[in-house]
Amino acid sequence: MHDIYNFVSGPLVWASFIIFFAGCLYRLISMAVLARKKDVFVYEYMSFKFGLRSILHWITPFGTVKWRKNPFFTIVTFTFHICIIFIPIFLSAHIILWKESWGVSWWYISDTAADVLTIVAIASCIFFLVRRIVLPEVKYLTSISDYVILAIVAAPFITGFWTYHQWPGFRIMGILHIIAGETMLAAIPFTRLIHMIFFPFTRGYMGSEFGAVRHAKDW
Amino acid sequence: MAEPAINKKDEINKVVDEGIDKGIARLTPEKIKQVINKVLASETGARLKAYVETCVHCGLCSEACHYYLSHDNDPKYSPAGKVKQTIWEILKKKGNVDPEFIRNASRIAYTECNLCRRCAMYCPFGIDIAYLMSIVRRLCHMLGVTPLYIQDTAHSHSACLNQMWVKEDEWIDSLFWQEEEAQDEISSLRIPLEKEGAETLYSVIAPEPKFRAQLIYQAAVIMNVAGVDFTMPATPGWDNSDLCMFTGDYEMMGRLKKAHFETAMRLKVKRIVMGECGHAFRSVYDVGNRWLAWKMPPIPIIHAVELYYELLKEGKIKITKKYDKPVTFQDPCNIVRGKGLHEKARYVVNAICEEFIEMHPNREHNYCCCAGGGVINTGPQYKMTRIKGNRIKAEQLFATKARGAKVIIAPCHNCHGGIEDINHHFGLDMELHFLGDIIYKVMEKPE
Ligand code: HEM
Ligand code: SF4
Ligand code: SF4
Ligand code: SF4
Repeated sequence: MHDIYNFVSGPLVWASFIIFFAGCLYRLISMAVLARKKDVFVYEYMSFKFGLRSILHWITPFGTVKWRKNPFFTIVTFTFHICIIFIPIFLSAHIILWKESWGVSWWYISDTAADVLTIVAIASCIFFLVRRIVLPEVKYLTSISDYVILAIVAAPFITGFWTYHQWPGFRIMGILHIIAGETMLAAIPFTRLIHMIFFPFTRGYMGSEFGAVRHAKDW
Repeated sequence: MAEPAINKKDEINKVVDEGIDKGIARLTPEKIKQVINKVLASETGARLKAYVETCVHCGLCSEACHYYLSHDNDPKYSPAGKVKQTIWEILKKKGNVDPEFIRNASRIAYTECNLCRRCAMYCPFGIDIAYLMSIVRRLCHMLGVTPLYIQDTAHSHSACLNQMWVKEDEWIDSLFWQEEEAQDEISSLRIPLEKEGAETLYSVIAPEPKFRAQLIYQAAVIMNVAGVDFTMPATPGWDNSDLCMFTGDYEMMGRLKKAHFETAMRLKVKRIVMGECGHAFRSVYDVGNRWLAWKMPPIPIIHAVELYYELLKEGKIKITKKYDKPVTFQDPCNIVRGKGLHEKARYVVNAICEEFIEMHPNREHNYCCCAGGGVINTGPQYKMTRIKGNRIKAEQLFATKARGAKVIIAPCHNCHGGIEDINHHFGLDMELHFLGDIIYKVMEKPE
């Protein structure tokens, strides 16, 4: 058990971070090279000002017509996205680990706050799941991989919550939690989770076309 | 759990279209695979890849599409739903799809998407579904599976550089004829042909000389009264329309735009002003120029709305008495999502009409007329596709009528076609006009 723990909390962490960073960098660079070769005009039309204008509208809750039309979805998706980025970075238990191995630390949230946010994150995942099953327009687009991705994303939060509350089998859960977190990180470059990397470019490009060429808003 | 892209049980709109039927009969799976892979490898790249891999299958784009809304939220008509039935399958199967798949893809891309780009404003990632549907059209074009009627216009384009088989002498005759007619009203009026060094080249789409010659008459009156130094070409290249852009025949699109730009260069004009047409504007301002590697058109091109705005704002046209029926305004996607002309259009409408009632949604968010993107050019077989696919437009217009509007103004030929059909089918009973119709009616003219 101890050996497994050491392995998943040592080499595997390294591996997952390297896969995540190198993978994302590779995806970005190869996409940029491909665009240079095949869609070179993308570089011509990309406008920093208009791209950013569109991105800012879309990352602001209720900043677009679409967000305003679906207020419940908007609240859930923004909370969800904030939670999944915020919790792992500002969780005291994670920061202790950083401190132990690297001697660095930063501001963290209280355990109670973390607990609440984790519940919110899990609830949002359940909302996305239900939405996928219930709404015909989402169901139609859904493939098995969408459920798998959702499971990959939900797993670190569910296992982490379990471990923190020391429910039965929490030691194994703790190990599973680490593996789940590593899986999620490593999955980002190779699944639709890559949307976090590509978003600024796809949105930015549409914003540039709409803003600089077509003199219209795209939100 | 996972839904199949195409459910065999689905009743597929049964339409007899010789263009598609004969094209399909010639296909074999090997040929399909070869053509698809060749086109995808040589003509697509980062954009296609990024759009397909970024899409999180969230369905948020659905409510953007008038087809989806008009078919009681049937997911097969949602923007991403159309991509699923076409591009995703093609990529997943690496081009190994059968002729029936291509038949279905052709129907979806040519008749169930207007390339109106409304969905790009509803997808958080700005995924350009219109671009993806254009790729499907390009594939169908390369496979020779295009709807008959629109292919006929493409043939006309390639044979005589205009959309409607208008011969050179017929074109010139039409202009002389309209000039003569208009001289009964204003004796000094001219439609100058081939005037080198004129400030403005006035260009129209081929349906104007063919069916709607009064539009040339009206434009001539407006420009003569306002003192615009204009000319019209007597050679091919006068037609700014472009259905090749919509069939996926980009080589031909390039030839058309080149002929058009070169005509303007030959006449040494300072700019091109085009009549009230949406798709032609998309072709000269956005798509065709890019094919020719011009980032922006090589010569300034403005749409009629901008000309009217200029003339009214500068007082070159005076209004005797504003149009008194309450009007509403259809924002054509190709000049609103395509050039942001919505505020200028409103300035014009308010300058010439007493009462203006907005339809909702409006401006960038207006629903497409369902005729655009070449869909109306696919012919009468698909008339009901357009009408059933845009019940939402009828609802939008009924609501505007209930608030008092009696007249719809649409500065776009296709919008007229689409809205006319909706008008009749749903018993809307509203009048439909171009901006030019009304300006001509209410402007001050010399005795
Ligand atoms: C910054 C990093 C981001 C991360 C880590 C992230 C992560 C995730 C995850 C884990 C999911 C759920 C996966 C699924 O249901 O398939 C998701 C879904 C989604 N994300 Fe992001 N995301 C990020 C950025 C963005 C941005 C910038 C946007 C655009 C505004 C965005 C829009 C969405 C949408 C619309 C969904 C769909 C929810 C659904 O129906 O499943 N995400 N994201
Ligand atoms: S018709 Fe318009 S809204 Fe519908 S899918 Fe095509 S581009 Fe998008
Ligand atoms: S809104 Fe965008 S990401 Fe979501 S399904 Fe539609 S195209 Fe895909
Ligand atoms: S016809 Fe008019 S509304 Fe319809 S696509 Fe063209 S510009 Fe848009």
